[in-house]
Order: sequence, then structure tokens, then C-alpha cells
Amino acid sequence: MSNNLYSEWKHYSGPKRAMKTVFYAIVLAVALVSFRNVEIIPEFLADTPTQLADLFKRMWPLDLKFLVHYVFPAILETLHIATLGTVATLMLTFPLAILASRNIVPNTGIRYIMKSIFVSSRSVNSLIWALFYVAIFGPGSLAGVLAIMSRSIGFVGKLLSEAIEESSSKQIEAVVSVGASPLSVFLKGFWPQVRPSFISIALLRWDINIRETAVLGIVGAGGIGLLMESAIDTFHWPGVAAILLAIFAIVLLAEFLVTKLRKMVI
Amino acid sequence: MDALTRKVLLAHETKPSTIVEKGKRIIRFYGVQILAALFVIYLVYAATTLGINPKRIAQGVSQGKEFIGRLFPPDFITRWEDIRHDMLESLEMAVLASILGIVLSLPLGLLGARNLMPPIITWPIRFFISFARAFNPIIIGIIFVKAVGFGPLAGILTLSVASIGFIGKLFIEAIEEISMKQVEAVRASGASFTSIIRYGVMPQVSARFIGFSMYQFDSNLRNSTTLGIVGAGGIGGTLFAAYQRFDYQIVSAIVLIIIALIITDEYVSERVRRIFQ
Repeated sequence: MSNNLYSEWKHYSGPKRAMKTVFYAIVLAVALVSFRNVEIIPEFLADTPTQLADLFKRMWPLDLKFLVHYVFPAILETLHIATLGTVATLMLTFPLAILASRNIVPNTGIRYIMKSIFVSSRSVNSLIWALFYVAIFGPGSLAGVLAIMSRSIGFVGKLLSEAIEESSSKQIEAVVSVGASPLSVFLKGFWPQVRPSFISIALLRWDINIRETAVLGIVGAGGIGLLMESAIDTFHWPGVAAILLAIFAIVLLAEFLVTKLRKMVI
Repeated sequence: MDALTRKVLLAHETKPSTIVEKGKRIIRFYGVQILAALFVIYLVYAATTLGINPKRIAQGVSQGKEFIGRLFPPDFITRWEDIRHDMLESLEMAVLASILGIVLSLPLGLLGARNLMPPIITWPIRFFISFARAFNPIIIGIIFVKAVGFGPLAGILTLSVASIGFIGKLFIEAIEEISMKQVEAVRASGASFTSIIRYGVMPQVSARFIGFSMYQFDSNLRNSTTLGIVGAGGIGGTLFAAYQRFDYQIVSAIVLIIIALIITDEYVSERVRRIFQ
């Protein structure tokens, strides 16, 4: 790079800049191909604002009776499903995450099995998991809880095993050196270091699960989604608006609670 | 609080005189245990009201074996044309929606940052962004399908809104964390507003912005595989149709393709992130 006073300072090295340019070119090419291929009807696109305005007009005013008698119980059910699913995930994933951590299990074979369980769990959306469980257990909340659990295992497992792997070996060696049993090593060596991440991960996943549970009802897995589906099918738009409001409220409430709890516990 | 600490503390306390004091002391000493017990009671209550019990689970497990048997072997051939077409559509939706969402998030992020704009502008922008983030893409998808009809257009609009909700929020946070010294230095040299943004703000946030964008593309790709269930285009439509016809072998083929796609994407985005570090 020249030391000319007037040359612009560059953040990246030459090869990296070249790779970045290639990356941008690829993105542009893919975007153009996508735009040509995807089947968009221009009239529909032009019509979107009018249609949306019409839809929102029909939603007003909200159906308050519907809100109290139907939406409230369904929201409670959604909360139950999300919480049960999260707790089941944590109980199931904890041992799996331990088995997936390099500093506890040196065996690569076991670790790869655990990691592939996590990856496949994360790759399948909770709605698709719900389809499977509805086929097995029939429609209802049980399918919802299991779907939430199956989707969360990968997320919690990955983050938790990373947290375990990041814990400092000094503290663990200290506990091992006094002849502690494996259980004591875990409880006194690892757990104090992992605990803050564990709580953060659990709260974060609970928050995400509430949002995801809200739609599981669409495929019959319980919660508010079922009510929403039937309200839309009967064109009961004021009811749909009430449901949307309730979901918005519960999501904000969960976010607020998670922030408070995290501050309190950590 | 462990047993020993409790014992020591108790030994130093004077005897509680009133019931209120007694209650306070119980809460102080056994607060965590009481909360844990209440939580367990809540879990049992929740499971009971949802009708979850061991009998149902046992019933399902025996059916599960039969179901898993019917998933195999995966059938890639019968519906290959549909699968190929819809899979590409999912990918195209994710690409276009990510770009649209990112392009829209840039100005929204600048307008929503409280250290750059007055509250009268930031408030509506921030409300819109948190509104966009509050709803699962499936719900936004249902609304857009009703508004613009079935097909990938609804999916692209849905994922764009979801992208704005996520990138917009993170981008605002990133801008609010920047050092104002650089901004002031640029402003002191008499730069215009666009130059302040270009030379004072953007260099401080652009690297993180790329990171958010990659993450959002991953997320959009995942969601584009399910939006078809509500008619918003992509592979979800074929998946749901096969499911409803009990063609479970086609369902398992599609799910395997989705998993392969997501794993490939995770690998690629890891590589791309390394370029920008």
C-alpha cells in the first residue's frame, strides 16, 4: 500500500477486497436470476397497498367480546405450551450438551453424533416438526409441546455446549486436583461458570418459543394459531385483529419479563 | 443459600415476634426453594389443563413406530419436478426478501437511532420495527396472502417485513453505540448530512451490518421453507400437500432436502463471514 498522503485509507487487505468484490458480484447475479425467475404478477404487486388498507379497515373495530371469551384462554394455552416445551427441552438437552462438549467428552465419535442431532433439530422448522407430531399424537397441545421441544434441542444444545467448552480449565483443574468425584467436578467446577449462559439461553429460547407457539395451531398443534385459522376462514376480521393485538401484547410482555429476569438472576 | 449459611444466619438472628416477621424470614431463607416448588406446581397444572398425560404419550409412541416406518424409503422421484421448482422458489424468495429487507432497513435504522434523530421521528420508526418483529413470519404471511393472493409475492413481502424487524432493530442498536467523536469531527469540517452519514457513521457500523444481514438471510431461508403451508410460495406448499394426502415418503424426501439446504447454507455463511472479518 502506498504511503501517499492523499491515498484513501483501506480497511481490508488486497485479496480480501477481491473476495468481497466477488461476493458482491455473486449476490447481484443471484438476485437478478431470482428476480427473473420468480413468478410475480405485477398487477398484484401494484394492488398491494389498496388491499392491505382494505384489510385493516375491515379489522376495525376490534371484537372485544371475542378477545375476552376466546382469545384470552387460547393465549394462556399458548403460554403453557411454550413453557412446557422449553422446560422439557432444557431437561433433555442438558445431558446431550455435556456429551457434545470437547472438554468433558474427548471421544470425537460421541461428539459428532450429538452435533448431528443438534443440526438436524435446528434445520427443521417447528411448524414441520408439528406436522410430524400431529400425525403421530393427533391434533392437540401435546404435539405442540413436542414440536417446540424438538426444534429447541438444537438451539439450546449448540449454545450450551459452546458455553461449557468456553469455561476456564483452571477452575476445573483446581477441583480435580483435590480428588473430587466427577459429579463434584461438574457441580463445583463447570456449573458456576456455565450458569449465567444457561439462564440466558433458557430465557432467550422461552421468548422465541412463545412467538413460535403462536402459529403452531395452524397445523392443529394447539394454542392461539387454531383460533386465528378459524377466525380467518370465517372472515371474522375484527376477531383476527383481537388475536393479533393479544399476540403483540404477550410478545412484548415476554420480552420485558426476560430482560427483568436476566438482570435479577445474573 | 446452602444449609450451612442458613444455620449460621439463623444463629445470629433474634427470634421473630410477629407472624409478618416470621413470614418475611421464611421468604428470605427459602425464597428460591419456594419459587421452584411453585414453578413445578405450575408445570403440572399446565400439563393437566392441556390434557397431556402418560397414557396419551404411550399411545403415541406405539403409533410413532408405524409413522416412522411409513416415512421410509424417501421418495424423491414421483414429485421431483414440483420439488425442484418449489425449492428454487424458496431460495429465490429468501434472496429477494433479504435484499429488499436490508435495503429498507438501512434508512429505517438511521431514522430510528436516537443519537441522530429527534424523538418525533424515532418513535414511529421504532414502533413499526418492533411491530414487524413481534409476529412470526407465518402470521404476517397469512395477512399478505389475504392481501395479494397466493404465491411467492406474499412470501417475499412477508420475509422483507421480518427482515426489517430484525435488522432494523440491531442496526439501530449498533448506531446508538457508535462514538460521537468521529461524527463531530466530520461535522466540524463542514460536511453535509449525507457526508456525515457516509464518513462519520457508516464506517463504524458497516462490518456489523454485514453480519446481521448474513444472519437474516439464514433465517429467511429457514422461514421460506415453511411459508408455503399458508400459501405464500416455496417448498412448504408441496410439503403440506403431500402431508395432507398421507404421501409420507414424499414428505420425508422434502424434509431431507430442506436439512441439506440449511446445512449447506450454514457452511457457506460461515465462509462469507470469514471474508468480512
